[in-house]
Amino acid sequence: MARSTSRTVAADSTTEPAATLVQYSSQFGYSAAGTATGQRRRGGSGRRSPWLIALGAVLPLLILGFWQLTASLQWVPAYLLPSPASVWSAAVDLAERGYLWTDVGISVQRVLIGFGVGAAVGLVLGSVVGLSRVASAFFAPTVGALRAVPSLAWVPLLVLYIGINEDSKVTLIAIGAMFPVYTTVAGALRHVDPHLVELGGAYGLGRFQLLRQVQLPAVVPSVVSGLRLALAQSWLFLVAAELIASSMGLGFRLLDSQQNGRIDRMFLVIILLGILGKTTDALIGLLERYLLKRWG
Amino acid sequence: MPSTDASPTAPALSVSLDGVGRSFPASTAGEPDRRVLRDISLEIAPGEIISLLGPSGCGKSTLLRQVSGLDRPDEGVVTIDGSPLVGIDQRCAIGFQEPRLLPWRTLEQNVALGLPHGTPRSAGRERVSQLLDLVQLGDAKHLRPRQVSGGMAQRASLARALSRGPGVLVLDEPFGALDALTRLTMQDLLLEIHAAEPATILLVTHDVDEALYLSDRVVLLGTEPGERAGSGAVIRSIITVPGSRPRDRGDSTLAHLRAELLQGLGVSIHHPAHTF
Ligand SMILES: Nc1ncnc2c1ncn2[C@@H]1O[C@H](COP(=O)(O)OP(=O)(O)OP(=O)(O)O)[C@@H](O)[C@H]1O
Ligand SMILES: [Mg+2]
Repeated sequence: MARSTSRTVAADSTTEPAATLVQYSSQFGYSAAGTATGQRRRGGSGRRSPWLIALGAVLPLLILGFWQLTASLQWVPAYLLPSPASVWSAAVDLAERGYLWTDVGISVQRVLIGFGVGAAVGLVLGSVVGLSRVASAFFAPTVGALRAVPSLAWVPLLVLYIGINEDSKVTLIAIGAMFPVYTTVAGALRHVDPHLVELGGAYGLGRFQLLRQVQLPAVVPSVVSGLRLALAQSWLFLVAAELIASSMGLGFRLLDSQQNGRIDRMFLVIILLGILGKTTDALIGLLERYLLKRWG
Repeated sequence: MPSTDASPTAPALSVSLDGVGRSFPASTAGEPDRRVLRDISLEIAPGEIISLLGPSGCGKSTLLRQVSGLDRPDEGVVTIDGSPLVGIDQRCAIGFQEPRLLPWRTLEQNVALGLPHGTPRSAGRERVSQLLDLVQLGDAKHLRPRQVSGGMAQRASLARALSRGPGVLVLDEPFGALDALTRLTMQDLLLEIHAAEPATILLVTHDVDEALYLSDRVVLLGTEPGERAGSGAVIRSIITVPGSRPRDRGDSTLAHLRAELLQGLGVSIHHPAHTF
């Protein structure tokens, strides 16, 4: 589990309301994301054996087999549980009509832009608050209060101010992505080992060199784990935004399929969300491996 | 022996402590401050090696922090080479009691942190690799701190302090985590470097023999008998070690100094009637 993350959150007086959600998502697939101290499996050197990789495919295959069995023996009526084959043909059907690509494309685009903007803002704000006591005293209470507002509560305001369009959805995702990054970065910078900071001072590092040579490298693992949590949040808020008001995208397709009783499409969208979420997370995992090899 | 041409090292500087005292706020409100050090006055000549000896918690590390400028005494002044300290002093290099290596850097890169600013790249590399060889870490220079033992980390930390080529070298238990043999080797190394690049060295140790072997004078720190615990440690005695370096480790003339120091530390030196 992300040790430094929990330390950060616990050490921060204003624990974020989405913490349960964050912790929930961090139980899955975010294994060593934030272990800033102690034994971390080093990226690169320990190449995972193909057997272990294959082992990860066993459970999905078992589930698929059981699903097929359940459907073909009709243990559950088809209007509640479509067969894998019908989900596949729903996918083919949607792809042929062109909906599949627009839905996936627009959703991925929204997540990437929202995540990018939110993470960048969170990074800057978190750095400022984490590095400067004065800035922390000035900003932290306000940001903490804003963070305490469940992010979905912004939806009506966003719709009123920005309208039902791309910008409002991306903004919502950015809000969702910003806070995990802000929290982890600010907390991590504040808790960089004071011994090491003192060491830097003792060897004559100025403020900027101290930041570059000691503080930033020390928080790299936390930043990456913050990015991972932010990405998970981005997908969450994407679906929320698209369920609420949208005419394209995976969330819209989910709602649309429910209204039309197309349970096969609903299954398809959920599976796609799982695959896309896991893929983007794996990309950040690659980044993490690289960064930890360098800075871990 | 390190050649001095790899990087110009600063000449040894005098250090003077005049009535230095340091108190810390009490842990519970309302109580008076806890005084750790008081009335510490000591003149250290350029190039002298001084060992600080004293029971754990008596304020040795605290005193070193005053000398390096990491901490400010609330009484008295510290001067290096005649000028009073203001803030962290770059003429002084410190080896901390803990290795304090940056975990994301290799040992080599960690040692390089100690190089004086503006050292040319190639000269810096050369000096770092020389020092790593001297502290017997030549084979380990590409390892990260978490991949090395405590003693190796401590030697890297020593090399980092040495790489600065400082006028004043302050070392907090530099050989504390080493096995007996490596410890002896490192003591000789320190003396070799001192002979090649004289620096004023102030080091803390718990080892009476080490203090006698290395230093010109041994300073015994402790609370005066009869004083209550919170009154602050003073210099109990200063012992000038006779003879010049390199000393004979088995020198019997040092035996009485050894006994005196052990007694000062509160160690009973009565020989037990029945031995094993
Ligand atoms: N920053 C601080 N705040 C409060 N008290 C401190 C601080 N630094 C040191 N002290 C106190 O000063 C006393 C001396 O500490 P110091 O680290 O100098 O001991 P020491 O002689 O180096 O001991 P050791 O041999 O165990 O390293 C201790 O009682 C410690 O609690
Ligand atoms: Mg100490």
